Amino acid sequence: MTYLEALIQHSVALIIAVPLLSAFLMPLVSRVHPILRNIFALLMLTVTGCFIGLLTTDVLANGPRIYIFGAKELTLPLVRILFEVDGINVFMAIITIILAIIAVIYSWSFLDKQDGLDKYYTLLLLVVTSALGMEMTGDVFNFFVFLEISCIASCALIAFWIAEGEALEAAFKYIVISSVGALFVLFAVGIFYAQYNALNIATIAQAIQFSFLDKIALILLVVVLGMKAGLAPMHMWLPDAYGRAPPSVTLVIMSATLASFYGVLRILFTLYGNILPTSIRFDLPLNVVLGWILIVLAVVSILIGVIMALIQSDLMRLIGYAAVAEVGYMFLAIGTTIAALGAPYATVALHGGILHVLNDALDIGLLFLVAGAIYYVTKKRSLDDIGGLARTMKFTTVFFIIGLLAVAGMPPLNGFTSKFLIYESVYQLNPILSIIALLCSILMLAIFIKVLYATFFGPELPELKDVKEAPKSMLLAMGIVAGLAIFIGLFPNLFLDSLVKPAADALLNHTQYITTIVGGI
Amino acid sequence: MFTLESGSGFWNPLIWILIIFIAFLLFYGIRGFGKSLYKKGTEQTKAFLSGNKEAAPEEMHVKASNLYWGFTVSMSSLYSRLRKMHTGNVSDYLLWFIIVLAILFLVIGVI
Repeated sequence: MTYLEALIQHSVALIIAVPLLSAFLMPLVSRVHPILRNIFALLMLTVTGCFIGLLTTDVLANGPRIYIFGAKELTLPLVRILFEVDGINVFMAIITIILAIIAVIYSWSFLDKQDGLDKYYTLLLLVVTSALGMEMTGDVFNFFVFLEISCIASCALIAFWIAEGEALEAAFKYIVISSVGALFVLFAVGIFYAQYNALNIATIAQAIQFSFLDKIALILLVVVLGMKAGLAPMHMWLPDAYGRAPPSVTLVIMSATLASFYGVLRILFTLYGNILPTSIRFDLPLNVVLGWILIVLAVVSILIGVIMALIQSDLMRLIGYAAVAEVGYMFLAIGTTIAALGAPYATVALHGGILHVLNDALDIGLLFLVAGAIYYVTKKRSLDDIGGLARTMKFTTVFFIIGLLAVAGMPPLNGFTSKFLIYESVYQLNPILSIIALLCSILMLAIFIKVLYATFFGPELPELKDVKEAPKSMLLAMGIVAGLAIFIGLFPNLFLDSLVKPAADALLNHTQYITTIVGGI
Repeated sequence: MFTLESGSGFWNPLIWILIIFIAFLLFYGIRGFGKSLYKKGTEQTKAFLSGNKEAAPEEMHVKASNLYWGFTVSMSSLYSRLRKMHTGNVSDYLLWFIIVLAILFLVIGVI
């Protein structure tokens, strides 16, 4: 076995181990020199990114990968955890590592005058580890453990600006919501273990009967992970947390939020994939009922997100509400896929939904980075207190325009490609849903045009005459995201064919996943 | 590589860019027909406000909360309900979570 083959074989473990060990090494490295700390954080995330790249090429070429931690043979006492990686896992891991690397580059300048950065980078790496763990594990209890790590580390990061009372309040709300949610997830895990004596997703999926207890577990998992993903009307923690955390933190919390969305996908398509067509009452298949429930919640999210964003005067809260609307688009696509399971447009909706995960991460992420740059130079949060910044912040203005066009789904940027697939497929299920989604995108554009005018245009305000452009590392971070948004918009098929379609196939072809895993152990 | 198929339609960003480019050329051409009478720093660059004195630039900046004022006023009943919903109280956040759980229990678990 060559070194490369050995690295590929153990890449699943290394993707978790490298950021985890780096997190605990960070306080020691920080003692040497702050620059070394910054380079160490970026280097370790880049190394993790390389392992994700290696794993992605292997998974796309050879199919799902199993990695066993613990006992190799099925002998008692059986202590082991299985990581199972297929197309959707690597897709989510790529998004997580992109967001993490950008967050670290941005943090260099954004937080350069702050204290406690050793703890900041430790927590940031822990959130990245937990998000990657949630996305790679094939074990429901292990998923719960990573969810808990994510909750605790994210809470501490949200409260990073502890001198601001609101940051502490937002962190408190986040930990309450997350802890209650995690408790319900543990309850669902207990239900599976009590019934099937198993914690492995594939094993449970093979044995699942859809008893009354299974129904309870399904409801608990979907509602909790929906809440963690920011689905309305359980979205209220999201503008609080996103609005009060430093923008670099928001990026990594967003990756944890998207990991919860991945959890919903894995539960619906893999864990309950075998029984989705089962009729429940009145000859209604479960997939139709569940799909329409998700669609209703998604439409509520889109409407509440854009309507509430319109009246916000705090820029970061405004983007937080826009993020709620974007989560709604993802759930609209997934709801359509489930409600119309088997129809050709259901697959297109799934492609749109999965691609929108990447686009949402980039577009909303870019807007948060711009909001952070504005806060960095002006120290103001309210849109009423700023104006005319385009004169001095030319690059930031361009990045904001790219972000606003992308998040509103304007061609030829990335947001349009996924929304195009969502509109077209949802229209075939119900045209009214597609029209609502389209109108809300237009409203989103109007909201961000307001922000553009109020923030960057208009006369130069006397108190902001000395404002300068954001530092270079922040511009670099924004530039990378803006570049990716344009690139995906111009070459959508490149991403669709190489990453999105394998991810969608992995979800739709749950039988292959189960037989590969159960056969492999 | 450039054409995105949705099964019922297609999207090609290159065609869009080409159209935008042609539109810009067209606008630039139309602009060429205009008269270049603009003289910076003269009376013609000052705004005519029915004889009133022009205010300082910072006083004329329309603040973000004033934009779309008409829209928010006409939707005030909806906004008052939504504001009541967003109390900022974490107990209410959990209440919404319980409500959604209960509805799903009724729809999937019981009915």
